[in-house]
Amino acid sequence: MKKFKIAFFVLTIGVITAFTTLNPSGYEIGSIATDFSLKNVDNKKVSLKDFEDAKGFIVIFTCNHCPYAVAYEDRIIELDKKYKKLGYPVIAINPNNPEKQKDDSFDKMKVRAKEKGFTFPYLFDDGQKIYPQYGATKTPHVYILQKTEKGNVVQYIGAIDDNHSDASAVKQKYVEEAIDALLKNQEVRIKTTKAIGCSIKA
Amino acid sequence: MKRYKTIILLILFQFVCILNGFSQEKSIPKSLKVYEKDGIKAKSFTFEGIESYLNQKNDTLYVINFWATWCVPCVKELPHFEKLNQKYKNGKFKMILVSLDFPKMIESRVIPFIKQKKLKAEVIVLNDPDANSWIEKVAKEWSGAIPATVIYRNDTRKFYEQSFTEQELETEIQSFIN
Repeated sequence: MKKFKIAFFVLTIGVITAFTTLNPSGYEIGSIATDFSLKNVDNKKVSLKDFEDAKGFIVIFTCNHCPYAVAYEDRIIELDKKYKKLGYPVIAINPNNPEKQKDDSFDKMKVRAKEKGFTFPYLFDDGQKIYPQYGATKTPHVYILQKTEKGNVVQYIGAIDDNHSDASAVKQKYVEEAIDALLKNQEVRIKTTKAIGCSIKA
Repeated sequence: MKRYKTIILLILFQFVCILNGFSQEKSIPKSLKVYEKDGIKAKSFTFEGIESYLNQKNDTLYVINFWATWCVPCVKELPHFEKLNQKYKNGKFKMILVSLDFPKMIESRVIPFIKQKKLKAEVIVLNDPDANSWIEKVAKEWSGAIPATVIYRNDTRKFYEQSFTEQELETEIQSFIN
């Protein structure tokens, strides 16, 4: 019975998706990611091209107010500490419009970055222009980019790991597994994952 | 004789299995925990429990909304859901508000919220941290952002990763009724 139910469910979903237009914007695996020049919490502009020695980037759309983003703050710091020296620094971007979410204002970003001791740039997507190009829909939302001659190629999109609520119960560290593979010139095994997050307020 | 007996036993056994199968399909798996405070109850489930709410086959129109108390657009649209639940609840209509609040927030935030907003629609809690394993079982196209809503009756189903005004939500509900 259960098998039939699953088959039926898959079929229904298939039919629905076939007739719904999927979000046409945003990057897929293999897309070339745009560079940007966004204001960091130290008031200086940051671009990907500034990181001459980087092999790639862990671009994370995140913010102050979202409990899921907050739950991952310490793990994002750990990612940066571990992978910056291996050539993959974290670049955090707050995509929210502070007029819609006042806790995500540039001033409050500065406060949060200082409180938590962020070791990475925490950039403000002023005017909300960058996140739609990436196709981010929520915070946190990770894009791993690999620097190549063609540009910064998207190699992974999705969640940091498989347990937002308890870092000690994590079974799969998606971001770490992806970068470890890239560092060994191997193909990323799990290229996309999904996680619950706060919708981006534009 | 012995052979017949075995066959009859086998047939009986299969029959019991089929009956079990049917009853399992309709029932909702046991909840992880029942939170109770101030006379308000909220059950929490793993995704398996939520999945059965998403796949009922009984001519009832289901409106299932994924929300959390900390999600501003979710909280903003909940009064519209509540109002339409009041309007349609006497028909073959069932609204379920699936809270994605963290477990430690259920007693401190969710139950007081239900009380304060006088929510009458059923609130259940989804406690299953490995979201990547279940998001696409709700809807293939869901990115994981909330608010998100599923409206379905039997095999007709629509998914919405958006906020609703009261008018928009009623239009969608009506599209299933008419």
